[in-house]
Amino acid sequence: MEFALTKEQEMVRKTAREFAEKEIAPIAADIDERAEFPAETVRKLGALGFMGMTVPKEWGGSGMDDISYAIAVEEVSRVCASHGVTMSVCNSLVCWPLMKFGTDAQKEKYLKPVASGKVLGCFGLTEPNAGTDAGSQATVARKEGDKYIINGSKVFITNASKSDVTILFAMTDKSKGTKGISTFVVDSNTPGYSIGSIEKKMGIRASIQTELVFQDMEVPAENLLGKEGQGFKIAMATLDGGRIGIAAQALGIAQAAYEESVKYAKQREQFGKPISSFQAIQWFISDMATEIDAARLLVYKAAFDKWKGRPYTTSAAMAKYFASDVAMKATRNAIQVHGGYGFTKDYAVERFYRDAKITEIYEGTTEVQKMVIAGDLLK
Amino acid sequence: MNIIVCVKQVPDTTDVKIDPKTGTLIREGVPSIVNPDDKHALEEALRMKEKFGGKVTVLSMGPPQAEDALRECSAMGADDMVLLCDRAFAGADTWATSYTLGEAAKKIGYDLIICGREAIDGDTAQIGPQMAEHLHLPQITYVKNVETDGNKIVCERALEDGYEKIEASLPALITVIADLNKPRYPSVRGIVEAYREKKVTVWNAKDICADGTCIGMEGSPTSVKRSFAPEPKGKGEVLKGSVKEMSKQLVVKLKDKNVLR
Ligand SMILES: Cc1cc2nc3c(=O)[nH]c(=O)nc-3n(C[C@H](O)[C@H](O)[C@H](O)COP(=O)(O)OP(=O)(O)OC[C@H]3O[C@@H](n4cnc5c(N)ncnc54)[C@H](O)[C@@H]3O)c2cc1C
Ligand SMILES: Cc1cc2nc3c(=O)[nH]c(=O)nc-3n(C[C@H](O)[C@H](O)[C@H](O)COP(=O)(O)OP(=O)(O)OC[C@H]3O[C@@H](n4cnc5c(N)ncnc54)[C@H](O)[C@@H]3O)c2cc1C
Repeated sequence: MEFALTKEQEMVRKTAREFAEKEIAPIAADIDERAEFPAETVRKLGALGFMGMTVPKEWGGSGMDDISYAIAVEEVSRVCASHGVTMSVCNSLVCWPLMKFGTDAQKEKYLKPVASGKVLGCFGLTEPNAGTDAGSQATVARKEGDKYIINGSKVFITNASKSDVTILFAMTDKSKGTKGISTFVVDSNTPGYSIGSIEKKMGIRASIQTELVFQDMEVPAENLLGKEGQGFKIAMATLDGGRIGIAAQALGIAQAAYEESVKYAKQREQFGKPISSFQAIQWFISDMATEIDAARLLVYKAAFDKWKGRPYTTSAAMAKYFASDVAMKATRNAIQVHGGYGFTKDYAVERFYRDAKITEIYEGTTEVQKMVIAGDLLK
Repeated sequence: MNIIVCVKQVPDTTDVKIDPKTGTLIREGVPSIVNPDDKHALEEALRMKEKFGGKVTVLSMGPPQAEDALRECSAMGADDMVLLCDRAFAGADTWATSYTLGEAAKKIGYDLIICGREAIDGDTAQIGPQMAEHLHLPQITYVKNVETDGNKIVCERALEDGYEKIEASLPALITVIADLNKPRYPSVRGIVEAYREKKVTVWNAKDICADGTCIGMEGSPTSVKRSFAPEPKGKGEVLKGSVKEMSKQLVVKLKDKNVLR
């Protein structure tokens, strides 16, 4: 066993960090405040190959390993978690299912542009009444000749209004329950496809989530991803990998909170000495560092499992469960270390605290991760 | 257009510490990076290649780990990597280094050689000019802007209070400063190719048919007598009193320090 990154992985970290610090850091607070989608920096990340990192080269990606992918999301999220989720969605929730289940024609038309960073993609599973219970899809796809007619709506869809490609889930046969769900890859300019209202959020404010509404949207049968009825399995398999991305996002947020805390604790003086000389503050720092290290090991382990083709459902669920919890704790205590200043928008830890919360919710809440883990252990 | 970019791997710090006993740089624990000016050199070379076609070769002389610097350049887009690595090169001063780099450049072939202005550790800014002398090439230093049609180059050469516009025919050698451009980031695909698909060509003294008396310690007309970290400056002193009194005090102090007689 060896706890060292390869040179390649180190290079990815260095590059992602440099990009994040030079290009994203200067705008991070501002785009959060104004809830503005950072189209330019997202485009640059795409052009550098950060949107389809593990996709093979022949399909527009970079053929990179999953640990490198986790490292990249971690580094970008360390500076701005909104960019982190935009990346995670494209890599894990759009490129991966297209690569895994797509036909060559689908890969050519939809995977290549997303993986090469030319366009963004989104993943439409959640509905008003199908959140954790993702199987209760009310969106319906009715087959008519060589096409499907799709009606329904989705909520909370990340990247939606900025995407050209949508991975969409809909019921093709309600009588079969979750086995009646199918997956489609849909062009955003398909007639009948429309964008609803934009969510106003407490965190990751520079990422964008909107409703999607489908009214008699005609999708060619060749846009069915995988087989009819395979949709729920595709969704769950996709989210297994997505969780590694979100866990890496949480890890990056926690790391940032820790670094800011160390910096501040050394420089802030009370009672005539730096607050870092007080044991109470030291304990915040040692707890953060220890937990972040543990989270990092879980995240990289899950990514390693995936890269090596080993089962990773449980390791990914553990990584997300743990890393999101660590992010919550680290950001909460980072504010504590900063005292009143940490509660103001003058210090980045305020943003980190708001950003951390979502990592316990999307791509399966913490409760869901525990259900997945227990389900595996007790089967 | 075939371009050679000379790249030095340097410690990632501008205040390198010197071991007072051995007089050499303390490199341990300091991460290595591509010398910052050299990234600007590479960026310019890549832009020229994009315009005129051809090939960009990154060339470095250094220990085996200098390979990392070359791979980073390759991830940014350089086509070929050449590392000059041989115990016989050790102890080279700038004259021997530039001779060695020059011999390698001859073997590679070039229309243009681009160096950084200076390395952040050695700081001499001599390598570029000396290479040009060894190779009998026109040289333009401190370049902050370049234009080329593939046959000649027109450069703006930065001066303290302005710039000179200088034209040279190719082949030529230029040394560049950071104002020239903004280096690109390596791409993810570039990183994969640099580490998994491309090979670093390693040449020793024999490979470049180097004259043994011109390389390494033997080929170095200079030798380091002593290296030392400068003593930290003491606290400044503020003189008080009227202008006349202060001037008097100042003259006394300057005489004390032998600045005035
Ligand atoms: C910012 C943001 C971005 C998102 N991006 C996307 C996206 O791109 N694509 C997409 O499809 N979706 C997306 N979502 C949706 C997200 O995945 C869901 O919000 C999440 O799965 C939870 O569903 P819900 O909100 O309906 O909560 P509910 O399912 O209503 O859950 C409410 C609470 O009940 C708990 N709970 C529910 N069922 C159980 C149970 N059986 N046992 C124990 N506890 C349970 C939950 O853990 C939670 O605490 C996004 C959401 C947000 C907020
Ligand atoms: C008197 C003297 C004695 C020395 N003795 C020793 C010694 O005993 N052992 C030892 O290890 N070093 C020694 N050095 C250091 C070594 O010779 C220099 O570091 C080297 O010649 C480069 O000079 P520089 O760092 O000043 O580069 P500069 O001239 O400042 O660099 C300008 C540009 O030249 C190119 N360049 C410089 N070095 C290289 C390189 N190695 N490969 C490719 N391109 C390059 C780069 O493009 C760089 O931006 C000595 C230096 C001096 C001045």
